[in-house]
Amino acid sequence: MKVMQSKLHNFILLVTILFPLSVFSAGPKTELMEQKWPFNGIFGRFDNTALQRGFKVYREVCAACHGIRHVSYRDLKDIGFSSDEIKSIAGEYEITDGPNDEGEMFQREALPSDKFVGPYENDNVARVANNGAYPPDLSLIVKARAGGADYLYSLLNGYKEFPEDYEASDGMYYNTFYPGNQIAMPSPIEDDIVEYDDGTEATHTQIAKDVTAFLAWTAEPELEERKSLGVKTIFFLILITIMLLGVKRKIWKDLD
Amino acid sequence: MDNQENKKVGVTGWIDKRLPVFTFINHNLRDYPTPKNLNYFWNFGSLAGITLVIMIVTGILLAMQYTANTDIAFDSVERIMRDVNNGWLLRYIHMNGASMFFIIVYIHMFRGLYYGSYKYPREILWMLGVVILLLMMATAFMGYVLPWGQMSFWGATVITNLFSAFPVIGDYIVTFLWGGFSVDNPTLSRFFVLHYLLPFAIVGVVALHLVALHQFGSNNPTGVDVKSSGDTIPFHPYYTVKDYFGLGVFLIVYAALVFFAPNFLGHPDNYIPANPLQTPAHIVPEWYFLPFYAILRAVPDKLTGVLLMFAAVLVLFLLPWLDKHKVRSATFRPFYKQFYWLFFINCIVLGWVGAMPAEGVYVLIARIASVYYFSFFLIIMPLLSRFEKVSELLPSSISAAVLSKKFDKDVNESYAK
Repeated sequence: MKVMQSKLHNFILLVTILFPLSVFSAGPKTELMEQKWPFNGIFGRFDNTALQRGFKVYREVCAACHGIRHVSYRDLKDIGFSSDEIKSIAGEYEITDGPNDEGEMFQREALPSDKFVGPYENDNVARVANNGAYPPDLSLIVKARAGGADYLYSLLNGYKEFPEDYEASDGMYYNTFYPGNQIAMPSPIEDDIVEYDDGTEATHTQIAKDVTAFLAWTAEPELEERKSLGVKTIFFLILITIMLLGVKRKIWKDLD
Repeated sequence: MDNQENKKVGVTGWIDKRLPVFTFINHNLRDYPTPKNLNYFWNFGSLAGITLVIMIVTGILLAMQYTANTDIAFDSVERIMRDVNNGWLLRYIHMNGASMFFIIVYIHMFRGLYYGSYKYPREILWMLGVVILLLMMATAFMGYVLPWGQMSFWGATVITNLFSAFPVIGDYIVTFLWGGFSVDNPTLSRFFVLHYLLPFAIVGVVALHLVALHQFGSNNPTGVDVKSSGDTIPFHPYYTVKDYFGLGVFLIVYAALVFFAPNFLGHPDNYIPANPLQTPAHIVPEWYFLPFYAILRAVPDKLTGVLLMFAAVLVLFLLPWLDKHKVRSATFRPFYKQFYWLFFINCIVLGWVGAMPAEGVYVLIARIASVYYFSFFLIIMPLLSRFEKVSELLPSSISAAVLSKKFDKDVNESYAK
């Protein structure tokens, strides 16, 4: 009877744990191309050289259509750019400011404190320029898609020719990983579409990997701080909990 | 309790004579006689109280930075995440705190259900708990709307639209809730106000819950009433230290979620700004609503579905009168125990099926599980109250139960030797 009961309890425990997990694993049907990202895991950190390469890809390729409006130029300091570099990067963008004392709007160079200037004046202009499809802002894209960084990496590597009997819509492209498989964005990257300053070979997969890492950072700039604080916090909590267990046992001992 | 001891001198004595706060604390947190055999499931009441405090503190700090306006709500949350000092920490504590709060309260309720904590004389205690649950649900639902992401907007649209199922007045109620003809800025700002207000209502009901609790004291795993002072121990230091230890374990789990998987329980779509023109592929509520959502969708008729969903919570109010069996604890009710565990698994199945698309076999599973959910309360409980025999294993008192357990343990140990 005792044995049966403990089996029953184990079963209930198992069901309790596995059922909710199955809810979350019921994601996209296609297996994603899972990568070992350096920012995964409890000790995860960003690789700044990769992020800087990814930033270059973003600026030279993605930025033609996609903004990163939640990121400020000054944030680039976190991935290893110096203040002077940030000033000159910001200076390449024009921003509409005002009104000034004469009541006029005016153009000025962006400052490090400004948010990244997007490619389009407004959403409607973006749609008109892109055949009716709106190129989403990329600041949060890694957090905003099931599968996160793996999904984005897979998407960038997932372009194929349309299968034969496929009824393709006008101006659409085929992607293995995109929900519904028809995506309005053509494959944005190809071998050597950027030239890396650090001599890294700019293959398609390398570019995809770097820009994904960069966008993982724009989505969670707090990640390194969060994880390192987390390790310390949990270490402290475990320590104090063990001590409390000791105190509890000692106090309860005199009841026996 | 002990009048001699409470006659304090000096400043505390002076204050206590005029405003007996110290006597009050002494009565309710120190001397308060508590059954000596409470297991770790009795930790969840104090954990729920602590989580409520964490939620209110982080919530107030977040409200200082948040802006309830459809144009900038989403961006103001992102600003908290990026530019406010430790804003990401506050938000992740608050966001995951909601999930932790529900986990704790659900365990707390399942504990009450197992040990019959809702029975005479604790009926009002239980019913106040159900009121707290209802307030929590309203608060959590409105809180989820505030970041104004896709799931915020569409979740709000779907749930408020449920009221349109009521004949004649339905549409009027919905317009009234929205403050307009769609979920929009007036909806967001009133949800923010109510989200800030309701937690304080919860604090009030929690106070009543505690008053009702301290009237007869805690139930215990045997379900047998306290018969003599030998059955109890003072709350402090025994249960204060046990609660501290439980709090430590809880905080480890909570911190692991906040620091290493803060978005695990959330939905990625909520990082897409709300767009009234684009419906997400699957609109899913937060996990803690899934069992009720499953019941809602199990019924083809909208109005019946809505009524059953509300009934699934409201039926808990009737619990003390549905289960009138004399024995409280399921430990001494072999039949009730089987149905109880089946009910527990059934709730998890409901939660799982609530996250699945409402089609094919899932609808069937949801229907079977919904039928069992209500049968457990409305058929099984009353029948068992009549026909389940009182077990002869039922101990005469808490001390007797503790002693016989110790005796068993000693015997087993001597056999092992």
